[in-house]
Amino acid sequence: MAAVSQSAMAAKPSVENPKMTARNLDLFYSDNQALYEVDLDIAEKQVTALIGPSGCGKSTFLRCLNRMNDTIDGVTIKGEVTLDGRDIYDKRIDVVQLRARIGMVFQKPNPFPKSIYDNVAYGPRIHGLVNSRDELDEIVMTSLERAGLLKEVKDRLQSPATGLSGGQQQRLCIARAVAVSPEVILMDEPCSALDPIATAKVEELIDELRSNYTIVIVTHSMQQAARVSQRTAFFHLGKLVEVGETDQIFTNPKDERTKGYITGRFG
Amino acid sequence: MTDMASLMEDRAAAKVISDNLRKPVDWDSPKIARNIKKRYAAERRFKMYGLVAIGIALLALCMLATSIGSKGYSAFYQTYVQLEVHFDPAVIDPDGTGDPAVIGRANFDGLIKQSLRDRFPDVTSRSDKRDLYGIVSGGASYDLRERVLENPSLIGQTRTIWLISGDDFDMLNKGYIDPTVAEGDRRLNDQEVSWYNELVEAGAVEKQFHTRFFTSGDSREPELAGIWGAAVGSFYTLLVTLALSFPIGVLAAVYLEEFAPKNRFTQIVEVNINNLAAVPSIVFGLLGLEVYLNVMHLPRSAPVVGGLTLALMTLPTIIIASRAAIKAVPPSIRQAALGLGASPVQTVTHHVLPLAMPGILTGTIIGMAQALGETAPLLMIGMVAFIVDIPGGALDPATVLPVQIYLWADSPERAFVEKTSAAIMVLLAFLVLMNGLAVYLRKKFERKW
Repeated sequence: MAAVSQSAMAAKPSVENPKMTARNLDLFYSDNQALYEVDLDIAEKQVTALIGPSGCGKSTFLRCLNRMNDTIDGVTIKGEVTLDGRDIYDKRIDVVQLRARIGMVFQKPNPFPKSIYDNVAYGPRIHGLVNSRDELDEIVMTSLERAGLLKEVKDRLQSPATGLSGGQQQRLCIARAVAVSPEVILMDEPCSALDPIATAKVEELIDELRSNYTIVIVTHSMQQAARVSQRTAFFHLGKLVEVGETDQIFTNPKDERTKGYITGRFG
Repeated sequence: MTDMASLMEDRAAAKVISDNLRKPVDWDSPKIARNIKKRYAAERRFKMYGLVAIGIALLALCMLATSIGSKGYSAFYQTYVQLEVHFDPAVIDPDGTGDPAVIGRANFDGLIKQSLRDRFPDVTSRSDKRDLYGIVSGGASYDLRERVLENPSLIGQTRTIWLISGDDFDMLNKGYIDPTVAEGDRRLNDQEVSWYNELVEAGAVEKQFHTRFFTSGDSREPELAGIWGAAVGSFYTLLVTLALSFPIGVLAAVYLEEFAPKNRFTQIVEVNINNLAAVPSIVFGLLGLEVYLNVMHLPRSAPVVGGLTLALMTLPTIIIASRAAIKAVPPSIRQAALGLGASPVQTVTHHVLPLAMPGILTGTIIGMAQALGETAPLLMIGMVAFIVDIPGGALDPATVLPVQIYLWADSPERAFVEKTSAAIMVLLAFLVLMNGLAVYLRKKFERKW
């Protein structure tokens, strides 16, 4: 136990300009503890990758960041998560608004069974971000453009989103998240259901989005973490083992377990 | 020592297994061939069982359809008798006022009796005359009145008119009364049969499509009884049932599926809802009698009470179907909406409910079809009364289709047998229609994801 926190400390969980921070985060599914004392900072306008073997708690941690775990019965959370220095688990925080500020992209593309346009327009509509049809059109176009999807779909905005390919659907989901102008975008293995070409496109997109958004991405692919992220955090058995610059984690891991995982000895 | 021995045994057993594994399988051996043959035989047998099951089901359906159809189709036709009627001004409008009120009160029955006497002038005795009047239905006078009110210039004229016949006469014409049977064993005596034969020879008997069956309410006279009163009663009853059970059922399902915490209380609620679906319907009838009639003093025999009672019965069906439909909406859709910052209510109303709607509607229509065919609870709340008028609203006394069938099946007149079967056909037609609607709605609202 002591060894774990020591090594985590050694790996510098804190950054100079954290957009979000987690301190002493414990999470329980009923009686099973899934996260143990996680301390992690998310740097602003950077891509932070969360890696680790299946069941290590990286997705659970990600879902703590926009309180998606609230929707699961029997989850209790201890510790503190902040966004811009404010505790997001504070009673005065409105979850709905919080989730608008922290967008999320899921593992499996999950467009609504509506038109492409309505998918992107849904967020701005429910949050009342627009006053006119023209404004909404503009937001939809910009979001699709940002997600690199506009060229492919601009002639069929009214056709159903479920008719798109898997990769296009995932980029549509990113456009949908972007349309609400979030500050942070959480991505839960966004490429695991995509083929290599679609994956490459999404990765390219993540790299472009970095200039405007803070991004946290959970991934099973070490190569992907190495390609898209600036910082990498390694989780194991619900504990944050090591976090640091991506280069450092992949070339010179300090912890034996990190080394073992990235060289493929377990996981 | 014994430990050692058992250990050795285990080792030996393990060795046999590993030797077996190492041996190549002879796929052409007779043992394997037998095994494969057995497998195919089992498959063929299983297929045959399925075919037999479907065959039995189809046979049962055919038997039901032919039995009802062959008995009931004749109810859609009615025997009419042609008579010369003299619209006697002395009877209809003695003072020549032309006032519809006066004409409406006139003795049209007398006119018909007069023309029957003119047709068969040798009938003199009182009882023979009574038999003679039975050729034409008591309802024919209303038809005559309508005719004259519509066209007062008929007064004073003599016209040849088709008049609706009495039920025994109708039965004879349809072949349900066998004239070769001994006179004492049939409803019509020899003289009546001879009148019938005379009229047939004169071409004065014919079968016409029986519109009245679809447009009028119940009657003691089979030839005048119609299904429309019961159909309207069923409509109002179902309207009340739907208006109550659909919103309550859907809201309950949404709450239980999407918002309720999973604890002991909701578990008990769930178990009770499932149990309610299995409660015999007559229990709901007793409940309706006690609560709606005895405590709340709502009108007896009224569709509103029937609807309230049937709503209780339909609720569990709708809740269970709706919950299943809501559960079938993929969680990823909810997550997508929540992840965008939609509130739980927005998630439900914008995404979950529209996607679950086909299933909810199907469940609702199945529940409604069940309610349409329900008899027992309605007997308890007095919807079994004999009601001639077509109900004008949910508070008027009424009966419903299945109860009408029950009432007619219970009636002694031979002519009600075909009415019963015909009413069953109408009820089944409504059920098929509703199920068709369910399929249509399901196809229409179904969206792929």
